[in-house]
Amino acid sequence: MPSPNNTDQPAWEPAKVKAEILKRYPAKVARKRAKQILINEALGNETPEISANVRTTPGIITMRGCTYAGCKGVIMGPTRDIVNLVHGPIGCSFYAWLTRRNQTDAGPDGANFMTYAFSTDMQDSDIIFGGEKKLTAAIQEAYDLFHPKSIAIFATCPVGLIGDDIHTVAKRMKEKFGDCNVYAFSCEGYKGVSQSAGHHIANNQVFRHIVGENDEVKPGRYKINLLGEYNIGGDGFEIDRIFKKCGITNIATFSGNSTYDQFASAHTADLNAVMCHRSINYVADMLETKYGIPWIKVNFIGALATAKSLSKIAQYFGDQELIDRVAQVIAEEMPEVEKALAEVHPRTEGKTAMLFVGGSRAHHYQELFAELGMKTISAGYEFAHRDDYEGRQVIPTLEVDADSRNIEEIHVEADPTRYQPRKTPEELKALTEAGYKFKHYDGLIPDMDQGSIVIDDLNQYEAERLVELMKPDLFCAGIKEKFSIQKLGVPMKQLHSYDSGGPYAGFVGAVNFYREIDRLVNSRVWSYMKAPWQQHPELSASYVWE
Amino acid sequence: MRKMRKVAIYGKGGIGKSTTTQNTVAGLVEMGRKVMVVGCDPKADSTRLLLGGLAQKSVLDTLREEGEDVELENIRKAGYGGTWCVESGGPEPGVGCAGRGIITSINMLESLGAYEESEGLDYAFYDVLGDVVCGGFAMPIRDGKAEEIYIVCSGEMMAMYAANNISKGIMKFAQSGAVRLGGLICNSRNVDNEKEMIQEFAKKLGTQMIYFVPRDNDVQRAEINRKTVIEWKPEAKQADEYRGLAKAIDGNQFFVIPKPLAIEELEKLLMDYGLMS
Repeated sequence: MPSPNNTDQPAWEPAKVKAEILKRYPAKVARKRAKQILINEALGNETPEISANVRTTPGIITMRGCTYAGCKGVIMGPTRDIVNLVHGPIGCSFYAWLTRRNQTDAGPDGANFMTYAFSTDMQDSDIIFGGEKKLTAAIQEAYDLFHPKSIAIFATCPVGLIGDDIHTVAKRMKEKFGDCNVYAFSCEGYKGVSQSAGHHIANNQVFRHIVGENDEVKPGRYKINLLGEYNIGGDGFEIDRIFKKCGITNIATFSGNSTYDQFASAHTADLNAVMCHRSINYVADMLETKYGIPWIKVNFIGALATAKSLSKIAQYFGDQELIDRVAQVIAEEMPEVEKALAEVHPRTEGKTAMLFVGGSRAHHYQELFAELGMKTISAGYEFAHRDDYEGRQVIPTLEVDADSRNIEEIHVEADPTRYQPRKTPEELKALTEAGYKFKHYDGLIPDMDQGSIVIDDLNQYEAERLVELMKPDLFCAGIKEKFSIQKLGVPMKQLHSYDSGGPYAGFVGAVNFYREIDRLVNSRVWSYMKAPWQQHPELSASYVWE
Repeated sequence: MRKMRKVAIYGKGGIGKSTTTQNTVAGLVEMGRKVMVVGCDPKADSTRLLLGGLAQKSVLDTLREEGEDVELENIRKAGYGGTWCVESGGPEPGVGCAGRGIITSINMLESLGAYEESEGLDYAFYDVLGDVVCGGFAMPIRDGKAEEIYIVCSGEMMAMYAANNISKGIMKFAQSGAVRLGGLICNSRNVDNEKEMIQEFAKKLGTQMIYFVPRDNDVQRAEINRKTVIEWKPEAKQADEYRGLAKAIDGNQFFVIPKPLAIEELEKLLMDYGLMS
């Protein structure tokens, strides 16, 4: 039975909280939401089942984003030397421009298109007569101005409605240029349950059109790809700093501060380290099937998690020199972390947090809160699927429905010339027997406390009710929730864009996060926030004609 | 001066909407009425007979070439007897969105004042593409643009089926607006018991068969000459038929919210009349 950490707050009981939330819904909606609100309880050895990746009931103000946001904003947005051209009305491009705080470093080649918003700026007449000519002209213009290695085209809702054939346009322009890879994404906003569909569409096309285009072998002894890390607030920079210190070569990050050439060379790495399981686990699977690269789940959010993930990578390569070096780096980095924690921990211990973000972040950030001695009393994802909650063992049992069928699955086979298993079956067996886990992810639910509440696709109403009922010390979600939560007198931390902070990954990131959370949960500003009706609950008034 | 009547003609593709509309308009012109015809079809062939050929530049073409700075005189052309002829136009088949085109061009006409009282119009006719495939083609019956609808049909099953479907659309928009069904125009295909069957069909829909237009090859002959029958051969018997239809519409006061038939009911009607002889 969970107990409140602050004695001046009333106790909450998970079953009552759930019932209270569902009370306001019509019967049918309540039935559907009941399956997405789960009280974490032991069921023998089984993880309880949650309903996820299902359409939001119309009328509910969901926290989710659209398919276009997932494709253009999340996956392709952080690439730096690909011209990301949006085919649609200007708003779709403008509001997806520099809003996610994924950082870039132009590097020695100087190519960085992040600061540009490329759009075909469709007008009424383009809708009526079709936009293919305008798109062709826009691609040509981008090519003439910048001579990029690659141009990516994104479909917005109206493009899907009028049926512009963006893929044929892309193909024609690619053939015409000869030295510029052009491809398109059918990522119309309305296409899926959430932004997750957009991640799939983006990753499928990256795999199909870019990965494997450059066979040149890069220097480095321990070569990995980092999958599902988007360099929000400079997270990727911090992780790369640590890799470099350890002597690990990062061939390609998917897709924080990434380049076309990184994607094109990804098949030359020897290990795939997966950060965000939701957005990219299927790419890791395809890289293994086609090129023979194994994958492991890692997490660089949290100092201990970072240390664990680095050791896991070192163990994979099995080279004593690397193992020692990683141990030494951890030993060098930890004192700073421990020092900061020793200062902050007495002030954060026992505080409570709620996390409703992403398809992995709501899980990863619990590591940092645990380091701070804080309890995560409720958490959930916006766009995750059941495997992100319950673990990968449920994947074969996932129901295929009209929405998932809508998203193309690429069938991949071993590459006839380039498939090369990185480890012999004996080596893999030895690692597995020593407890090493490949292709493994247990999901969020098993890591959460008994009696905590796991909620999929939380919405505005439920968020406010949860805060009122459970009174957490901190709420974490995105920009849409930021101010409504703060109006309730609870500090709110954005874990999509990090507000104006970061990095929070790795060792330096952990220290940044400790200080930020200390600042938020111990600020006295919230106690001064009283609305007029809270101070004088009984307002009186008279009619003007009296 | 009386209020301008706003009329839309619907019906199955190929049933003869454009031909019937233009011949009827010619009849109204003879009666001294001032009429504007707005073609709502990307093929832009709704005013050919009134203009003596396909010479009209469409609203959307003009909009594309001239930009937003369009004058009313750029998009309407005077045809037979001083009728104003407008073609909405649209994209070539398989491209873009023709429905959005209709919406844009009707809005354009409104903002340019084509319907203003100062234009002295007695009638505005909308000739709409056969199948109301999307919201754009329902534009003339939305927002009170057209207030009376006539459905052109024949005794053929698919034509009646289409008429019934169009009635469903009218019923939907009539509940929130002023649009009403004015009647069925039977454009004869020489089907058995055609007149009686359409009269019965109209009765079941709660409306009337406003006119029965017999089949006559003079219509085709006039079309080859790019003219309405009334202009090409004023003394022809068929010219009188169209004068009759024009008069019936001009004097019509019977406007209803239709009651569409269930499919079984419609099929029974066909069986009863089709197998009578």
